[in-house]
Amino acid sequence: MIKKEMIAMLLAGGQGSRLGVLTAKVAKPAVAFGGKYRIIDFPLSNCINSGIDTVGVLTQYQPLRLNSHIGIGIPWDLDRNVGGVTILPPYEKSTNSEWYTGTANAIYQNLDYMESFNPDYVLILSGDHIYKMDYEVMLDYHKEHNADVTIAAMPVPLEEASRFGIVVADEEGHINDFQEKPKEPRSNLASMGIYIFSWPVLKDALVKMSDEPSCDFGKHVIPYCHENGKRLFAYEYNGYWKDVGTLGSYWEANMELIDLIPEFNLYEEFWKIYTNSSILPPQYISDQAVVERSIISNGSEIYGEVRNSVIGAGVVIGKGTVVRDSIIMKDTVIGENGVIDKSIIAENVRIGDHVTLGIGSDVPNKEKPAIYSFGLVTIGENSVIPSNVQIGKNTAISGVTEAEDYPNGVLESGETLIKAGERV
Amino acid sequence: MRAVGIILAGGNNHKMRELTYKRAVAAMPVAGSYRCIDFALSNMTNSHIQKVAVLTQYNARSLNEHLSSSKWWDFGRKQGGLFVFTPTITLENGSWYRGTADAIYQNLDFLKKCHEPYVIITSGDAVYKLDYNEVLEYHIKKKADITVVCKDLAPGEDATRFGTIKMDDSMRIQEFEEKPMVANSNTISTGIYVIRRRQLIDLIEHAAQEDRYDFVNDILIRYKNLKKIYGYKISSYWSNISTAEAYYQTNMDFLRPEVRNYFFKEYPPVYSKVSDLPPAKYNPGSYVKNSLVSSGCIVNGTVENSILFKKAFIGNNCVVRNSIIMNDVYLGDNTYIENCIVESRDTIRANTRHVGENGIKIVVEKNERYAL
Repeated sequence: MIKKEMIAMLLAGGQGSRLGVLTAKVAKPAVAFGGKYRIIDFPLSNCINSGIDTVGVLTQYQPLRLNSHIGIGIPWDLDRNVGGVTILPPYEKSTNSEWYTGTANAIYQNLDYMESFNPDYVLILSGDHIYKMDYEVMLDYHKEHNADVTIAAMPVPLEEASRFGIVVADEEGHINDFQEKPKEPRSNLASMGIYIFSWPVLKDALVKMSDEPSCDFGKHVIPYCHENGKRLFAYEYNGYWKDVGTLGSYWEANMELIDLIPEFNLYEEFWKIYTNSSILPPQYISDQAVVERSIISNGSEIYGEVRNSVIGAGVVIGKGTVVRDSIIMKDTVIGENGVIDKSIIAENVRIGDHVTLGIGSDVPNKEKPAIYSFGLVTIGENSVIPSNVQIGKNTAISGVTEAEDYPNGVLESGETLIKAGERV
Repeated sequence: MRAVGIILAGGNNHKMRELTYKRAVAAMPVAGSYRCIDFALSNMTNSHIQKVAVLTQYNARSLNEHLSSSKWWDFGRKQGGLFVFTPTITLENGSWYRGTADAIYQNLDFLKKCHEPYVIITSGDAVYKLDYNEVLEYHIKKKADITVVCKDLAPGEDATRFGTIKMDDSMRIQEFEEKPMVANSNTISTGIYVIRRRQLIDLIEHAAQEDRYDFVNDILIRYKNLKKIYGYKISSYWSNISTAEAYYQTNMDFLRPEVRNYFFKEYPPVYSKVSDLPPAKYNPGSYVKNSLVSSGCIVNGTVENSILFKKAFIGNNCVVRNSIIMNDVYLGDNTYIENCIVESRDTIRANTRHVGENGIKIVVEKNERYAL
């Protein structure tokens, strides 16, 4: 009989709409991070490093990139005879076919998958956080406290606590109450969206709550368990944990990697992060290039100047071009004599010569001020930017743009330029 | 499939000096992110050869570690796959491989059990790209018994460390001299051969009966008038790394854009074992010019006209010029390195100076890294 003590269910179906054009074509967990990685690499690597070899990845929104990235799980050693990684998309049923309508609903629709491994515990993860965490230690905590549900929680400054789901726990860690984005928080422990359930408790809750529309862990399942007298515990985590849900926090988390000794250190032998990288060759730094305070990935060629930036694999930066405070993803090619300031440029973008990004004043974005802020220029994948144009701050561009799209060769700060089509 | 592959990777070469103390030539790291044998293995897989035997003998630990999984070259298959043959004691035989032909003889069962009609033999110590199917087509068209892939060296290059070849107009080999004292031809054998499997088995068995063990001397040269041995000339990049100077030069060739593009960007790709290292990191004070930098490196100092292999650490105020820094080297602060090959896993103390005065200096320094 097949038996796994704990299996993981990784929720990777969300769009992450606050990342704007970065997630127009890919699910948020598949967005590149830290040069050669994708966001989902972090929870997946945590799983294998914690000894969890059975992971179901629930996909829904734009799953192509995720599917090809994960494959059969070779980079994470998750290609197993029994278990390993399995992609779980929504599927048609004889009655009541539906999309994944909420986090708990998605898990509910895969009861059979979980059942087939006969688990004692199920770990629920989301695919959009950057952190290193040993889930086995969390499981030990769960067992020690004889818990039914353990929620990983992180202390946050009390003044920021009103942005989070807060758990109120006693000294033992026993949870008494929950507050969702409270005005007057009674605790500073924020839920990280990482749960360990004892399998019978999870199964019972999911079945009982199956008629709940858009059934969600935070809103429905956890309160249900709490109301029914289950033992809920908070597992306090004090390491590096970063939500990269907004362009600002995404940019910041990338920039933190280039500190002299980064708080989130990718260079440690212990707890390696694995990824699927097809580009192997070393990077070339030419004799006109200047590179400082940056991280650069395999196969890139730098002929210009790169400072305070995170460069993905296979990127080419032309002669005389200056790149500062920017994130440039895989296979993007930037022409000569340009200036790239504080920009996020997604994969496989072509930028012409003499292009200036990030000029002008910090005017809020006209269409989506809540998304395109922080003074960033954001360019979606497979976009094309013609030569000799200037682009302001808080702007977003996607698609194949031509010189006509830039009145007088300028895209003013706060503008959004979304064109159909993409570079093939 | 029409052919099986054999990669001869057992050799050592004293001209590599200290570099072979810890590994076979085929396991030498090349071009920052690769091992030399990756080129032969990638050529095999890119030529759709699915069954490949690697014959190892000398100091094979490092090579075996590199080949521990065959999936990186797509050899992890039910049909065929990668076979690593190290000498073993059997009922009939208790010797090491006494030569290239003997190495094949001791594993003749592998060839006998195959059904593919042809065999591609290559060595593991050269950097090149080649579609073996083109050579095979030529071999069939010429109705050859053996086809030897050869190359014209540029004027001035030393041919005496290779086998030199003279051919007639039909490309049939007339003269073949192994490592001659004086080279009278600048056409050399690349050590890549195509031969019918049955033919190879016969020749190898025959050589073994006569106590002859070397493929070049005892088969190619001995049979050159008896068998139809043809040359197939390549003009693409091919470089054998088996002297310290050639190893240095081959690596430095990758600083040239045409060589880099040929191997790194043009189809088909070269595969290697994936090492899960983070991107290279450039800290304040880093000054890098005309250099290749591999993943996992951390640079705090100056690097010029050099190649940093994986996971090299360059301390503050270091200067590295015209040098090769191999895998996992730690250079302490204020180190000066010029015209050197720094052996992998070296730890160089701060304020050290190494300069290759007449030619390339090989630096082997094993200090305690974490006591620094």
